[in-house]
Amino acid sequence: MSEYKDKYAAPLKRAKGLGSAHEGTDHWMKQKITAILNIPLVLWLIWSMIGLKGATHFEFKLWLAQPANAVLMIMLIISVFYHAKLGAQVVTEDYISNEWFKLVKLIAQKIFFFALGLMCIFSVLKIAFTTGV
Amino acid sequence: MSETTQKPTGPLSPHLQVYKLPLTAILSITHRVTGVGLALGTILVAAFLIAAATSEQHYNVVMAIADSMIGTLILFAWSLALYFHMFNGMRHMFWDSGKFLQKDQAMRTNYIVLLFAVCATGLTWFFACGNFVE
Repeated sequence: MSEYKDKYAAPLKRAKGLGSAHEGTDHWMKQKITAILNIPLVLWLIWSMIGLKGATHFEFKLWLAQPANAVLMIMLIISVFYHAKLGAQVVTEDYISNEWFKLVKLIAQKIFFFALGLMCIFSVLKIAFTTGV
Repeated sequence: MSETTQKPTGPLSPHLQVYKLPLTAILSITHRVTGVGLALGTILVAAFLIAAATSEQHYNVVMAIADSMIGTLILFAWSLALYFHMFNGMRHMFWDSGKFLQKDQAMRTNYIVLLFAVCATGLTWFFACGNFVE
């Protein structure tokens, strides 16, 4: 794709889709999709948490081990953490002027949210696969 | 520094320190601040899930913190930040589609977003505090 752009695209075509982050509308679109997805997922989580108020460890694990809850939870983690990563990226791009520090911070943030999300998913899977068997 | 002999004749752009931000601008930066706060909140989500996956003792410690005065306060602020970010995010989607961009519409929707955020937070805690399960 980029090869095509470099070789054959007219200057206007090449300029389109390039903002300050050189990604065009891709980032914006991902942010919107995760934002829309986050709304029902987060509302589901809040509603579930109210129902789980005062739950013992075992009661919580039984709840999370139900397939629908486990899958919704993993979907929520992916969507929410990805949305957070995209948002944090914009904030860093806007406020950090030093190019090197910006680059390092962006990479660090990416790893941070990816690792944290993985820890969450692994925890959900562990509970789901080891409860009530 | 180069010497400036000519004084600027035109009006200066308003400096942030001396410029009273309109509500629309305050809510704009609040969207960002709550966004960063919520992004940091993922650490607490991870802490809770990891604790629950580790042992009953860890789970109980996290639940005791959540149940404490400071824990409840954090959860309350968290819910308010979340609902504000959610409703203001919905407004951003209207803006992106070209709607409500006039100044008076922006001002009116400011109040709508705030009202929705406060009501949703109140409703959530009404259900959370009430004992509806027999």
